[in-house]
Amino acid sequence: MQLHSRHLLGLEGITAEELTLILDTTESFREIIERPIKKVPTLRGITVLNLFYEPSTRTRISFELAEKRLSADTISFTTAASSVKKGETLKDTVRNIEAMKIDMVVVRHSSSGAPYFLTQCVASNIINAGDGAHEHPTQALLDMFTIRRKYKKLKGLRVVLVGDIKHSRVVRSNIWGLKAMGVSVALCGPSTLLPFEIEQFGVDVYTDIDKAIAGADVVNIMRIQLERQQAGMFPSQREYTNLFGMTKERLPLLNRNYTIMHPGPMNRGVEITNEVADGESSVILEQVTNGQAVRMAVLYLLSGKKEKEG
Amino acid sequence: MKADKYDMVIKGGMVIDPALGFGNAADLFIKDKKIVKISKTGATSKKEFAFIPSENIIDVSGKLVVPGLIDMHVHLREPGREDEETIITGCEAAASGGFTSVCCMPNTSPTIDNQETVKFVLSRAEQADAHVYVIGAVTKSIKGEELSEIGDLVKAGAVAISDDGNFVQNPEIMRWALEYAKMFDIPIISHAEDQFLCSGGVMNESFQSTRLGMKGRPAVGEEIAVLRDIKLCEFTGGRLHIAHVSTAGAVKAIRQAKAEGINITAEACPHHFSLTDDEIGKEFNTNFRVNPPIRSRKDVDAVIEGLVDGTIDCIASDHAPHAEEEKDVEFDQAPPGMIGLETSLGLIKTFLIDKGYLSWSDAVGKMTYNPARILGLSGGHLGIDAPADITVIDPEKKWTVKKENFRSKSKNSPFIGWKLSGKVDYTILGGRVVYKTK
Repeated sequence: MQLHSRHLLGLEGITAEELTLILDTTESFREIIERPIKKVPTLRGITVLNLFYEPSTRTRISFELAEKRLSADTISFTTAASSVKKGETLKDTVRNIEAMKIDMVVVRHSSSGAPYFLTQCVASNIINAGDGAHEHPTQALLDMFTIRRKYKKLKGLRVVLVGDIKHSRVVRSNIWGLKAMGVSVALCGPSTLLPFEIEQFGVDVYTDIDKAIAGADVVNIMRIQLERQQAGMFPSQREYTNLFGMTKERLPLLNRNYTIMHPGPMNRGVEITNEVADGESSVILEQVTNGQAVRMAVLYLLSGKKEKEG
Repeated sequence: MKADKYDMVIKGGMVIDPALGFGNAADLFIKDKKIVKISKTGATSKKEFAFIPSENIIDVSGKLVVPGLIDMHVHLREPGREDEETIITGCEAAASGGFTSVCCMPNTSPTIDNQETVKFVLSRAEQADAHVYVIGAVTKSIKGEELSEIGDLVKAGAVAISDDGNFVQNPEIMRWALEYAKMFDIPIISHAEDQFLCSGGVMNESFQSTRLGMKGRPAVGEEIAVLRDIKLCEFTGGRLHIAHVSTAGAVKAIRQAKAEGINITAEACPHHFSLTDDEIGKEFNTNFRVNPPIRSRKDVDAVIEGLVDGTIDCIASDHAPHAEEEKDVEFDQAPPGMIGLETSLGLIKTFLIDKGYLSWSDAVGKMTYNPARILGLSGGHLGIDAPADITVIDPEKKWTVKKENFRSKSKNSPFIGWKLSGKVDYTILGGRVVYKTK
C-alpha cells in the first residue's frame, strides 16, 4: 500500500485506505517522539524547504521539528526576510531555491491552489501546510489521528466543527477526511460565515450551537478571526461569544465521553472559555504533539516518490 | 467589357446575410472596396469571368459567405500595454478569427477619455487588418467620478461609451451619463457588477467557491447592477447596452425590460456559454479567471436561452490580452480576462450551432447586423454598395486550438487544446484578403 500522489495537496479525493495508511504510520512516529532520543535516520540526505508566505507558529515549528527528527536537512523561508519583498514571484522564488537541490517543499500560502501551482513549477514533492481558505491537510490528519487514538475508531462518530466555517481551510480538510472515514460531520457558525451551498459537502449545517452539539462525540472549535468582525460579518465579539462560545454550561449536551478540540491559536474567552479549553476532555495540547507525528508520517510516506510514480 | 471591371469575385459560396435574409449560392463581385454585384452562382457567363485575373477569383464552393464579423467588445491594450497587444496585433488576431471590425474599450493607459487618445487609436488603426471603432470612457480615468468630455469623444469618432472593467457605481453619475449621451444618440455599455458585492471576488460564488475557499463574485452582484441600470435607462430614456451578460437573473431582467419596451440591448461572451465554474478547481488555471466570472450550469443554460430568444442581441469576445508572466501566478493574484478573438467563431459553431440552439443565420446576425445596428456602423451586411468586408467560413472544419497559432500577442486562452468545429477560410477587409487559412 502506497499513497496515490507524490504530493499532499489536500484531503479531497483521498481514500479511506490512504488515510488509514497515514494514520497507522503516524502511530509509529508517535512512539518515536516519546523516546529519550527522538531522532531517526529516515530522511537522511533529503532536503526540505519550508516555504511560509503567511505567519504561522504551530505548523511551521511542527514541520521543522518533524523534519529534524527524521534527519532531513531543512531550510525555512519566511516572506518578511526574502526577495518576495523585492517583487520576486512565487514561481521564481521556488525555482531558484530548487536550483540549490531541494527534494521536498512544505508550503503555506494565502492563495487557494498555490501548492497545486507549485507542482507545475518544480519537481519536488509538495506538501500543503495551508492554502488560503482551501485546505490544510496535515491539520485535519492530526485531528483525525487524535480522535482515532482516543476512540480507537473513526467510523460512526459524530464530529461538530464550530466557528468561522467560511474562511477555514481546517474545516474543509476535516470534512473531506472525516467523511472518507465514515464520520458524521456537522458544521455550526453564524449564517454570514457559512459559505454558499455548504450543505453540498454532505454535512449537517446549524446556526444554533446547542442543537449542533447535542449528542456529539467531538467538538472542534475554529478560531474566530477578529478582522471578520471589522468587515461587518458579525456585529460584535460579545454577541459571537453569547451565541457560539463553547462554555462549561453547554458541555452536558455532548455525549458522555466527549472531546474538545481547537487547532489554535485560541481566543480564550471568545470562542472557548478557559474552563473548557483546559478541562479534562480537552485534547488541544495532545493535538499539537500528534501534529508532529502526523507530519513525520507524511514526510516519510512522500519522500522518494518521484514524478513517474504519479 | 473592360478587364478591370471587378477587383475580386468570391464565387460559389452559400451567402448568409441576416439583414437581407439571402441564403443561396451566389457570386459576390467587388470593386473599389465595395460589393457592386451579387448574382446567383451560375448566372454569370464564363466570358465575364474571363476578364478577371484568376488570382482574384476566389472559389469558395461549399463554404459560407457572411458579412465581415464585428466584435463589439475587445481590449487592444494600446496605448499603455503594448507588451500585451497592439492595435496592429489585435487586428491580426481579429482577422484570423474572421472579424473585420472590432470595438476597443477605453481602459488603456492613458484612458480613452479624451479626443487626443481617440485620434491616436484611430490613426494607429489605419494600417491595421481590421476596422477599429473606439468606445470612449463614460467617466474620466474610468473612476466613476466625473463625466468625460463625451461630446468631444463622439466628435473624434467614438461610437459608444463605457467604463468597462468598472461598474459606474454611483447611480447619479450613471443617470447623468445616460441623459447626456442621449444628445449624441450613442449607447452606454455597462460592465454590470456591483463593486461592493463583488469586491475581492475571484470566481463565481457557488459550491465551487465554497469548495475551493475562494472569495466569490455572487450572481446577485451582476443582477443588482443590471436592474439598477435598467431602471435608470427607463427613467432617463437613454440607450443602455449590457456587456457580457453571465447570469440567469441578468438574462431574466433584460428579457423583462425589453418586454416593457425599455431601450436596452445586450451581449454575451463565448466563455459564458461554453464554460462552467467547476473548471477552476481542476488545475487552478488562471486563464479561467475573468470578470464577470464563468458561472454555474444553470447560468450557462440561461445565457443560451437568452441568445436563442433574442434577449441577448450580440456575441462579443471581451478579448482581454494579458502578459504570460502576469498569468503565471497564484490564481487570485492573476488579472482577470482571456483572449477570445480567435476562438469566438469556433465556440459559437461548436456550442450553439452544432447543439441546435442557433442557426447560422441567427449566429451571424449576432456578430454582424446587430452590433452594427446598435453602434451605427457601416458594415454588418452584404448588398450592393455595402463595404467589401466579408468573412468566408468553412463550417465543418475541425481544428484544435493551439497556443502557437494565436496571432494575438498574448496567449491567455483557457481553450488551448480544445477541439472545435468551424473555422475562417478567408477574411476580406475592403476587398483585400487580410487572412487566408493555411
